[in-house]
Amino acid sequence: MLLSLRDVTKTYPGSDAPVLRGVSFDMGAGEMLALTGESGSGKSTLLHLIGGLDTADGGVVAINGTDLTPLDDVGRAALRRGTVGVIFQQFNLIPSLTVAANIAFQARLAGQFDAVFAQALAQRLGLEDHLQKYPEQLSGGQQQRVAIARTLAPRPKLVLADEPTGNLDETTADTVFALMCELVAETRAGLILVTHSERLAARLGRRLHLRAGQLS
Amino acid sequence: MTRAILSALIGHWRRNPLQLFTLLAGLALGTALWSGVQAINAEARASYDAAAATLGEGNLAQITALNGTPIPQQTYIALRRAGWNVSPVIEGDLGPVRIVGIDPLTAPRGIGPVTAGGDLGAFLTGAGQIFAREDTLAKLPQTAAQGVIAPDIAPNTAITDIGVAQRLLGRAGQIDRLLVAPEQPLNLRPLAQIAPDLVQIAPQGGSDVARLTDSFHLNLTAFGLLSFAVGLFIVHGAIGLAFEQRRAMVRTLRALGVPLRRLVALMMAELVALALMGGVIGVAMGYVVAAALLPDVAATLRGLYGADVSGQLALRPVWWVSGLAVAMGGTGLAAAGALWSLARMPLLASAQPQAWMLYRQGSGLVSALLLALAAGIALWGQGLLAGFAMLGALLIGGALALPPILTLVLRWGQAYARGPVAQWFWADTRQQVPGLSLALMALLLAMAANVGVSTMVSSFRLTFTGFLDQRLASELYVRATDAAQAEAITGLVDGRVDAVLPILSVELKVAGLPAELFGARDHATYRDNWQFLRTVPGLWDALAQGEGVLVNEQLYRRAGLDLGDAVTVAPGVVLPVLGIYGDYGNPVGQVILTETLFRRLFPDVIALRFGLRLDPSEVDTLRATLRTDLGIADTAMIDQASIKAISLAVFDRTFVVTTALNVLTLAVAGFAILMSLLTLAAMRLPQLAPVWALGLTRRRLATMDLFRAVVLAALTGALALPLGLALAWALLAVVNVEAFGWRLPIYLFPLDYLRLGGLALLAAALAALWPAWRLARTPPAHLLGVFRHER
Amino acid sequence: MNGKALLLFIFLPIMALAQGFAGLGGDAEDFTIPQRGTVLQFPADHGAHPDYRIEWWYLTANLTGPDGTPYGLQWTLFRSALAPRDGQGWDTPQLWMGHAAVTTPTAHHVTERLARGGIGQAGVTAAPFSAWIDDWVMQGPDFNDMRLTATGPDFAYDVQLTAMGPLVLHGQDGYSVKSAAGQASHYYSQPFLQVSGTLTLPTGPVPVTGTAWLDREWSSQPLAQDQRGWDWFSLSFDSGDKLMGFVLRGTEDFTSATWIAADGAATAFPDGAFDAAPLTRHSVAGHEVPTEWRLRLPDRGLDVTISALNPDAWMATSVPYWEGPVTIAGSHGGVGYLEMTGYDN
Repeated sequence: MLLSLRDVTKTYPGSDAPVLRGVSFDMGAGEMLALTGESGSGKSTLLHLIGGLDTADGGVVAINGTDLTPLDDVGRAALRRGTVGVIFQQFNLIPSLTVAANIAFQARLAGQFDAVFAQALAQRLGLEDHLQKYPEQLSGGQQQRVAIARTLAPRPKLVLADEPTGNLDETTADTVFALMCELVAETRAGLILVTHSERLAARLGRRLHLRAGQLS
Repeated sequence: MTRAILSALIGHWRRNPLQLFTLLAGLALGTALWSGVQAINAEARASYDAAAATLGEGNLAQITALNGTPIPQQTYIALRRAGWNVSPVIEGDLGPVRIVGIDPLTAPRGIGPVTAGGDLGAFLTGAGQIFAREDTLAKLPQTAAQGVIAPDIAPNTAITDIGVAQRLLGRAGQIDRLLVAPEQPLNLRPLAQIAPDLVQIAPQGGSDVARLTDSFHLNLTAFGLLSFAVGLFIVHGAIGLAFEQRRAMVRTLRALGVPLRRLVALMMAELVALALMGGVIGVAMGYVVAAALLPDVAATLRGLYGADVSGQLALRPVWWVSGLAVAMGGTGLAAAGALWSLARMPLLASAQPQAWMLYRQGSGLVSALLLALAAGIALWGQGLLAGFAMLGALLIGGALALPPILTLVLRWGQAYARGPVAQWFWADTRQQVPGLSLALMALLLAMAANVGVSTMVSSFRLTFTGFLDQRLASELYVRATDAAQAEAITGLVDGRVDAVLPILSVELKVAGLPAELFGARDHATYRDNWQFLRTVPGLWDALAQGEGVLVNEQLYRRAGLDLGDAVTVAPGVVLPVLGIYGDYGNPVGQVILTETLFRRLFPDVIALRFGLRLDPSEVDTLRATLRTDLGIADTAMIDQASIKAISLAVFDRTFVVTTALNVLTLAVAGFAILMSLLTLAAMRLPQLAPVWALGLTRRRLATMDLFRAVVLAALTGALALPLGLALAWALLAVVNVEAFGWRLPIYLFPLDYLRLGGLALLAAALAALWPAWRLARTPPAHLLGVFRHER
Repeated sequence: MNGKALLLFIFLPIMALAQGFAGLGGDAEDFTIPQRGTVLQFPADHGAHPDYRIEWWYLTANLTGPDGTPYGLQWTLFRSALAPRDGQGWDTPQLWMGHAAVTTPTAHHVTERLARGGIGQAGVTAAPFSAWIDDWVMQGPDFNDMRLTATGPDFAYDVQLTAMGPLVLHGQDGYSVKSAAGQASHYYSQPFLQVSGTLTLPTGPVPVTGTAWLDREWSSQPLAQDQRGWDWFSLSFDSGDKLMGFVLRGTEDFTSATWIAADGAATAFPDGAFDAAPLTRHSVAGHEVPTEWRLRLPDRGLDVTISALNPDAWMATSVPYWEGPVTIAGSHGGVGYLEMTGYDN
C-alpha cells in the first residue's frame, strides 16, 4: 500500500474547531485520486499532512508503511526530497535560479539527478527553449510546467498537487493538467489532486470528497 | 545537497545585486564609522604613550624641589653619593620643540631615546646628539648637535644628553627633576636628611599629559560608542532585510525537502563570509576617513593640551581585529534574531515579508525599561562604568522608543487629516514605519549623537574660553629662572605696568590628596575676573584677611570639601573654605591663599612667575625690552592675547572634526534610509497600484513618497533633540565628573541643532529621491501586473 | 616604545666600557701608550691616568666569618675614556663603572654602578687617596690604610684595609707585557692587605677578617687583536708566598706570572713559564666556565689544583665575567681569587 491514513485528526492552534476529524483511506501505487471539497473543508490540510509539511494531531499517516507522525524535521525533509513531490498553486519556483536549475534542484537535493530524464521532462513540457531563462521571465503556465518538471525529476512515488492550475486560464489549465497526468502516469507515481473543479476531478479514476473534516 | 542549496542562496545575490550591495555597504559603513573613530582614538593613545614613555612619567617615582625651583646639580651629586639611585632630567623649550635632557649612564631602564647601534661617545661628548622624529628635527633651531632620527620618540620632543640640554637651554648646573630607580641599595638615608628642599612624588600611573588629554579623548570615545550604535543598527537593518527578502525562497526550499538545520547552517556560513567581506571593506574605509581627519585631531590635541599626536596614521592590526569583530558581532547580533524567527517560521506561513514584527511588538516596553534604567543610573549610579552603562541604556532605549512614538504621532496626524488623499498619506506613512524603523533608528542615533557631541564640544569651548579669561586675566606672564632674574624682572617692569602679580606656589597634601597651594595678591584683577561655583558672602575680603582659602572643583569633589570645611595649609594653620572655583584641564587639586599669609607661612618660597597687568597695546614693547635687557627667553613669556587666539583656533579645528563626523554619520544614516526605501519599493507596489488606479498620477505618488521621507525624518529629528541633549548631559555632568573630577556646565546651541536638523532632512530627502524617481518612472504595466497577479 | 631597542641603548655605554675591558683591539688612537722603562711615581700613580684608555682599581679579598665560613669580596672601579682628555662637567669623556660582589659558599651577590666623570659622581684622587662611585668608596689617609664600602639592593659591606707589606711591581718595574706582539700595561699590586669589618647579607651582618689583594692597572691597548679573554689568578699560599699569574687566550696562549715572596720580593716570569690547564667546566648562567684548574710553575716547584668556593660566582653585570674566591690544594695550600673573562659569548 503506497499511502494509508487512519483516523487522522488535526486542529490548528488557537482554533476550537478541528479541521480534520478522523480521516481514513488507503491508496495503492500508481493510483490517481482527486480530493475535492469546499473552501475550509480541510483538503489542503490533508495534503500538507501527507506531504510531511505539517504534522497530524492524531491518527496515522503512513507512506509505504512508514508512519510520518513521529518523524522529526530532518526525516520529513528527507521524505519531501525523495518520496513525495508537491506541486503548488503558486508554483513556488526559486527566483534566483534558471529554469534548468529549478528543474534539477529537487533531484539534486535528493541525490537522484538524472540529466537525460530531466532533459526529457523539459522537452515533454515544452520548456526546451526556456531553460536559461529565470522564472519571472515566464508566463504562469510555463512556470507551472517548470514546477511539474521539478517535482517529477527525482521520480517521486507520490505526487501531491494543490490546485496546480488554479492560477492559470482555462485553456492553459487544461493543457498543463493533461501533461501532468500523462507524465505522472508514465513515471508510475501516485497522484493526489486537490481541486475545486468538478471537471478536473472527474478526469481521475477515484475521487474523495471532504466535508467538514470528514470523508463523505 | 549542500551545493544545490548554496546555488539557490548565492543565486539570489546574483539576481539581486542591489540587495547584495545594500548588505555589504551597510556592513562596510557601520564598520567604517566604528573603525574610523577607533583609529583616531588608537593613534592618539599611541602618541600619548610614546610621550609618557619618553618622559618616564607614570612608572617611576620622581623627586622635585618643594618650591618648584630647579634642583642644583650639587644636590643631585649629594644624593648619588648618599647611595640614592636617581637620574637627572632637565626640560625646556627650544623654539617649538621640547628638549628633554637625560643622563644615559644613570637613567633607569626604559627611559631614553630609542636607538640601536648609536655612538655613545658622540651622544655624551662634543656637540652631542639630539634624538627626535624627522619632522621634529626639522623644526629645531640650528644647533651644533647632530640630529639623529628616532621615530619612536613623541612628536615635538627631542632627547639629548643632559649636558647638551643644559647648554642649549642656557641652564648650566640645573636639573628639573630626578627619576627614582625602582631598585635602591640597602640602608638608604632618608631624603629629608640629605636634601630637605626636595620631595619624592610617588609614581602617578599615568602622566599629566595623558590625563589632561584624556578629557578630549573621552569625547572621541563617546563618539566612537555612538558611532558603534549607529553602525550596529545599520548592520542589523541590512541583515534583517537580507532575510526578509528571502523568506519566500526559504519556505520553498523547505517545502522541497531542505532540512531546517542545514539551511540555517548554510545561511550562517554565508553571513560570515559577507560579514568578513563587508568588514574588510569597512576597515579600509575607516582608515581613509581617519587619515583624512587625523591631522585636525592631532592639531586639536596639541593646541588644547600640548600633547602631540603624530599626524600620520599607521594601520594597526588592532583595528583590523576590532573592525572585523564589530562587523561579525553586528552581523551575529542581527542574524541571531533573523535566524531565530526563520527557524520558528512555520513551513506553511505566508511568504509575504513580515516587516520587522520584532520591532512592532514589545519595543515600546523594552524601550521604557531601558530608559527607566538610564534614569535609575543617573540618580543612584556611581563610577565611570555606570556612566557608560547609562549612555548605552539611554541610546538603545531612545532608539527603540522611536517606532511606537512615530506610529502614535502618525495616527494622530491621520485623525486630523482633511481629505481622502491626506488621510491615505498618513495611513500609508504609518504603514511604512515598521519597514523603515531600523533606518530611522539609525538616523535618530546619528542625530542624537551629533546633537550630543556638538553640545559637548561647544559647551567645552565656552567654558574653557571663559576659564581662560578668568585665569589669564593678566596681559603678560613671565617666568624667571632664578631669584636674581626674578628680582631683575620686578625691577625692570616697575613703573611700566599697572600691577605685578607674583605667582607663589608649593605642593602639599589635602585630605591625603596631592594639591598645589597658591598665594594670590589681593588685587582687582582677581576680584573682577574670577567666577565661582559656590561661595560664602564677602569672600574676597575674608580671603584678603587670611581668614580662609579657595579650593578648586577637583579638590572640592575628591576630598569632599564643602564651604566652611577646614583645610590644613601648613602645620597648625587650618583655614575654612570660602569658595569653590572651576578649574578645567587640571588634574590636581588647588588651594588659594592670600599672598601675605602665604609669605608668612612659606618665607623661603620665592616667586619665579609673574602676571603683569598693562595696556594690551604695550605688551609687545615690554616683551621686547625683557628679551633684550634681561635675556628672558621668548618661551618664558606668555601673552594673554596669543594664548586665547591659540585656544580659539584649536576649538575651530575641533569643530571641523566634529562637523566632518556629523556629516559622515548623517550620510550613513541617509544611506540606510535609501536602502530601506529601495527594498520597500517592490513590496509597496501592491499598495500603490490601487491608489494609482483610483486616479493619482505616478508623479504625485512619487512626490508624496519624497514628502513622506522628509516628514519621517523631521519627526525623527524632533525626537533626536531631547535624546541628544540627554546624551550631552550624561557626558558632561556624569561621565566627565567620574573621569576627571569636574563638571562642565551645559550650554544650548539652537542654531547648531537647526543646522543639524536641516542636514538630517536633506539626507532623508536625498535618500528618498532615487526611489521616488523610480516610482515616477514605473511602467504602468508593472502597476497593472499587481492586479493580474493578485492572489 | 620598543623595549628591545631601548635595552640596547641602555647597554651602549656598557658596550663602550666593554671595549676597554675585554675586547679592545690594537688601535689606541691618540691615547698614551704604556712605555717600557716608565718609572712609576707614588702616590701620584695611585690616582687616575685620563690620557690612557682604560684603568682599574681592583680589590679581591678572602675572608672568614666567626664560625669559619669562608667568604669572597670584590670591589672594582673601572675607568674607561672615550677620548684621551679629562674635563669638568657633563662634557667629560671619562666614564666610570663600579662592580661590587660578595661570594658565600651558597650565594653570590653582585651589583653595578655607572657614572660620568667631571661632575663629582665618581673619580679617584691620589693623595689623600680616594676612589669613589656614588656611595661606594675606597679611601684613606694613604694607600696603606683605607676604608672600603659598597652597597647593593641585597647586600653591603664596610671593611678596613691595612697594608702589611710593600707594593709589588709586575713585569719589568710595572711594565707588564700582554702579548707576543708587545701589547702591554702598567701594572702593580698591593697583595698584603689585612681586612676586618662587616658584611651585610640578606641573613644579617657578619663580622669578617681576612686578606685582600689590590691590583692597579692602566693601558690603552691591553689585548692583541686575536686575544679573546683571559684567566687571571691571584693566590696566597700558607707559606706566605704569593703568585699572580694570567693566561691571555688567543691563537697562541700568552702567559705571565709574578712570584712574590713573603717579604715582598717579586720575580717576574716570561711567557710559557707559567702553565694553567682547565680541569672541569661548570655551567653557570648559560655559560661554560672552567671552575677548577691545574696550575704549574715548575721553576718554584708549584703544581696545584684550584677550585672555586662557589662555582656560580658569575658577574651578571653589563659586561659579564666570572670572578670568585678559590681554595688551593697540591704542592701548596692556600686561598686566592680567580677571574675569567671572554666566556660570555
